[in-house]
Amino acid sequence: MWDYSEKVMDHYRNPRNVGTIDDADAIGSAGSLACGDQLKIYLKIKDNIVTDAKFQTFGCGSAVASSSILTEMIIGKTVDEVRKITNKDIADELGGLPPEKMHCSVMGYEALEDALKSYHADGYIDLEELKGEETKEKMICTCFQVTENVIWDAIKQNGLKTVEEVTNYTKAGGACGKCRSAIQDIINTYYNKEKSEESMTTTQWILKVNNVIETQISPELQKDGGDIELVDIKNKTIYVKLKGRCSGCKNSTMTLKSFAEKILQDSLGSDITIIEVK
Amino acid sequence: MNNKIIYLDNNATTKIDEKVLESMLPYMKEEYANPSSMYDFSKKSSNAIKEARGVIKDFVNAADEKEIIFTSCGTESANTAIRGVLNYNKNKKHIITTKVEHPCVLNVYKHLEKQGYKVDYIGVNSNGELDLEQLEQAITPDTALVSVMWANNETGVLNPIEKVSQIIKSKNKEAKLFVDAVQVAGKIPIDVQANGIDLLGISGHKFHAPKGVGALYINSKTMITPLIIGGHQERGKRAGTENVPYIVGLAKAAELAQDSLEFEATEIKRLRDKLESNILKTIYNARLNTGVANRVPNTTNIGFEYIEGELILLHLSDIGICASSGSACTSGSLEPSHVLRAMNVPFTAIHGSIRWSLSRFTTEDEIDYVIEKLPSIIEKVTSISPYQKELEQLKALHSK
Repeated sequence: MWDYSEKVMDHYRNPRNVGTIDDADAIGSAGSLACGDQLKIYLKIKDNIVTDAKFQTFGCGSAVASSSILTEMIIGKTVDEVRKITNKDIADELGGLPPEKMHCSVMGYEALEDALKSYHADGYIDLEELKGEETKEKMICTCFQVTENVIWDAIKQNGLKTVEEVTNYTKAGGACGKCRSAIQDIINTYYNKEKSEESMTTTQWILKVNNVIETQISPELQKDGGDIELVDIKNKTIYVKLKGRCSGCKNSTMTLKSFAEKILQDSLGSDITIIEVK
Repeated sequence: MNNKIIYLDNNATTKIDEKVLESMLPYMKEEYANPSSMYDFSKKSSNAIKEARGVIKDFVNAADEKEIIFTSCGTESANTAIRGVLNYNKNKKHIITTKVEHPCVLNVYKHLEKQGYKVDYIGVNSNGELDLEQLEQAITPDTALVSVMWANNETGVLNPIEKVSQIIKSKNKEAKLFVDAVQVAGKIPIDVQANGIDLLGISGHKFHAPKGVGALYINSKTMITPLIIGGHQERGKRAGTENVPYIVGLAKAAELAQDSLEFEATEIKRLRDKLESNILKTIYNARLNTGVANRVPNTTNIGFEYIEGELILLHLSDIGICASSGSACTSGSLEPSHVLRAMNVPFTAIHGSIRWSLSRFTTEDEIDYVIEKLPSIIEKVTSISPYQKELEQLKALHSK
């Protein structure tokens, strides 16, 4: 049994603002029937103020509660104020959600974001057109259709640190699990970016890359009578030279891409590319 | 809110029968001796175990008491059987099981796969019935073990164990058959000899004994390497001082269950069928997930289309009704039931599937109460679904 707050229970027992708005100024949706939860939100906006909001939800208790409270939170607010609402605000307003249910608050946030994306003061844009745009975003979790942007936002808004937390908040990685390493990469990239952008000088960066090559990659290649040497670094692109038996080896591309590049990516972020200089 | 509990989740666990509890109490109070001790004081404990073994032998119709060992639960029975057979016969690396086994079995195989075993998972049709042809084709000379549950915990669908055994033995006499009988014990008669079963596991708390006790039948021709090593208890097949009061309780529960098998097949089945037919008649977006499959008498699994199971359970819980769901949200995992997925239950209904499981303590009043209250709950949950158009179509179809 989930440990739901009184407020969550109140909202799934007596959901507020259920239904649709026929002449809505903005409509947003998130989730899908196949994934097990879906939310549709309808907004009526007048003079830049949300005058009415309605929802329909296919989902569990916390999904209904998140949707219901969201409508209460946005009615009477300006569009700019509404745009600032995050999933954390929704969860906080409910008096918290169990960790495994945080994705319900994210769904609320996503539906709201989707609705406002389609909202322009002069009328609203065709939803299907927007759907097309969305699919261009990089899909990380194909089971639950979670894009890189959604994961990135969840990490940023909630300070998530582990793959498990990302799964709790976005569902990504919760089914077949194939995308878990990709999620880890996004987490690494997010925090590396923070770190490297904040503090690292070029020299520090070069030393860091060289350290990984010397301690983790080179010793393995030496075992097979080869070696690797750092030639140059341009941001996230690393130029190396293969030496000894590696240089003439017909598997050298594989060594480079599936072994050396992977180790560098694991340590320094998934946006690292390795290039061989002959 | 009222305090009345209507418990329709007996495939999850059952209430302890008063008579079972009474039978256990002396062994928790005055008769506390270790059954292995040498003095007269321990005689009552050791006799109690001996008697209990005889009762369980009869309960599954084993040929000999020596074929019964007591365990702590169904999961331990399954682990002892599976790993015991494989560890005894290490040169064979092929296992066959089904896609719809209980996780306590399925996860053992997932684990063994990582250790180098090849595991074939046999599928089921849309009613949840096992694909026997696929089973037959999967058996090879390298097959060490075939493991097939007798009844599925989520759907209650029965597997034709006798036929399964014949198929296995006709293709590979050496291959052993383990049957997870947790969901049939106390619901239908068990006969290990007539069905050609090599190993069979049961769990007490599914038939009104307490949690923490189970049993495993291992026929005398089947060798296992024990899982729990230590003292000589259970003929070396399961070390550890015998849990005397719980073993006594298990035996008492088995006796009572045996006596009520007829009641199970008639009265409980009647109540289950009443619940099922009323739901299907009055609720337009309800569908029976098992179709015409042969089932245990106490279980029905019904999908409610375009709505989500957890929300239904929460509303039911508010009025004291306990059931369970194959929905992703209830389990904490994010995916819906592997059983319903293996059956290809449409995704419009899979998340809204509810399992109702009765016991001999279920009353007609309780069933009537559910029949009365459920439609308005489903209506409430349906009214907030984003799929109103699709629901309208279903409604039109239903009223035809």
